[in-house]
Amino acid sequence: MELELIAAPDVPLEAEAISPDRLAGLSAAEVARQSVLHGNATAELGAFFKIAGKPNGEIRVSGDLSRVKMIGAGMSGGRIVVEGDVGPHLGMAMRGGAIVVNGNTGDWLGPEMSGGRILVTGDAGHTVGAAYRGSRIGMRGGQIIVHGKAGNEIGNAMRNGLIAIGGDCGDFAGVNMLAGTIIVLGQLGWRAGAGMKRGSIVAMHDAPVLPTFSYACVFQPTYLRLYLRHLRDLGLPIEGTHIDGHYRRWSGDSVEINRGEILVLDRG
Amino acid sequence: MRLGATEIVDTFAEAFEMWAARVVITADSAKWALAAARSMTGFATSVIGCKCEAGIERVIPADETPDLRPGISVLLFAMDAEGLGKRLVERIGQCVMTCPTTACFNGLEGAQRAVVGGKLRFFGDGYQIAKRLNGRRYWRVPVMDGEFTVDDRFGMQKAVGGGNILILAADRTAALAAAEAAVEAMTAVEGVILPFPDGVVRSGSKVGSRYKALIASTNDAYCPTLRGYAPNSQVPEGVDCVVEIVIDGLDLSAVQEAMRRGTAAAAAQGVAQVSAGNYGGTLGKFQIHLHQLGLG
Repeated sequence: MELELIAAPDVPLEAEAISPDRLAGLSAAEVARQSVLHGNATAELGAFFKIAGKPNGEIRVSGDLSRVKMIGAGMSGGRIVVEGDVGPHLGMAMRGGAIVVNGNTGDWLGPEMSGGRILVTGDAGHTVGAAYRGSRIGMRGGQIIVHGKAGNEIGNAMRNGLIAIGGDCGDFAGVNMLAGTIIVLGQLGWRAGAGMKRGSIVAMHDAPVLPTFSYACVFQPTYLRLYLRHLRDLGLPIEGTHIDGHYRRWSGDSVEINRGEILVLDRG
Repeated sequence: MRLGATEIVDTFAEAFEMWAARVVITADSAKWALAAARSMTGFATSVIGCKCEAGIERVIPADETPDLRPGISVLLFAMDAEGLGKRLVERIGQCVMTCPTTACFNGLEGAQRAVVGGKLRFFGDGYQIAKRLNGRRYWRVPVMDGEFTVDDRFGMQKAVGGGNILILAADRTAALAAAEAAVEAMTAVEGVILPFPDGVVRSGSKVGSRYKALIASTNDAYCPTLRGYAPNSQVPEGVDCVVEIVIDGLDLSAVQEAMRRGTAAAAAQGVAQVSAGNYGGTLGKFQIHLHQLGLG
């Protein structure tokens, strides 16, 4: 099924309806009647999108979607392909399936998701895979792969899963992290891992480490090779020096239970 | 049936159902992967005395292993799934985890799964770390050279054990030359192992013994020194040495293919006979007839 944005919303459009679960078994006319929230007014999906084909497990969405929010929210299977930039809250709380974005995404990419995979060929905004404000747990599983750069607070309070950023990321990566893995191929921002309990933050360039982390050693983490091989298969620019490299390990955050780690590729 | 100068005896190997697991061992170098594999497959020739049978299946190039390091694939066989799970924990714990730089991965999607890393993790004494990637859970156990990474669970499937061929030759030199050629041909088959020393066993056994404590004893029918003395000797005139090659495989077709290649390779060496061991069809579920292997 193909959805083409033909009427650009002048205020944000909440389009949770664009999800394989929600559209399964519907006719094109029924899809067009699905409710969306345009600003504070309820509208129909068909008022904004030209709809072609029948739901077949894959939804292709195109147009300037930078004001379209919550695509793929809560989805449990199937596949969404977004051609172009897309707005915030993409794949929020998704449980399975795949979302591919051939463009950039807004903030809150895959917040509190528990399964499936989101792959973004461009950049992402702030709070990738994060917990919503007031929530104790962020991403619970699944994978978010961003080929470009990302903003602040990626993996805020994440408890499981993988976030991989091909470029740089902002400050507070993995803040309050409970577990899981964050890999940043570019430059890591300030205060990574602040308040983390468990989990791994991996940086491929020298990174500032908070004084509440304690240095352990230089070693070659075998488990990381599994992740890097996987990311290489997904098209991230993983180099031999990443796979065969030695990593400096810090344990932290000692303001919490000190069971997390920051690994920094030792290029020296 | 004859293959050149060699008589292929009209008999069958009697094989039986076992459970199998595939263990992929990786290390910083092929040397250390092999060291772990050799240790893990040591004292694993026969379930009769070792509780399991194990062997190296193949060397895996680094670009094919889960962690992109040189690897070795090991197959482990036991009589039931429960026993196989115990042997996996024992052998991976004692032979792989102890070996420098190694990691250990499941290599089989089996009908059942044994918790292995999930038990070995306790060696980490609370410092172990779990990682989950693509539906698989791995354990990182801190050790003195860094970390030991191991799969949480290993797949197990029903398999076939006890395939075999007997090589009857004029003397030891001829028997071993034929056996070595056969082993080389058989080890090229994926999904099989030859659990005895370099694939060859000289102390073939029969079921039972005159001594109550033993469940197996020497295969007197094929002992050349007992020709003319043992009541049912199968050693013909001109044969002064017999060796056996035992094959365990992930499925019947793999065992059959290994037997076919081994029989052909042994016959090419001009031995007197190639035969097979059985128990009259009373023990094993599978009968693999030499004349039905597609030889000739």
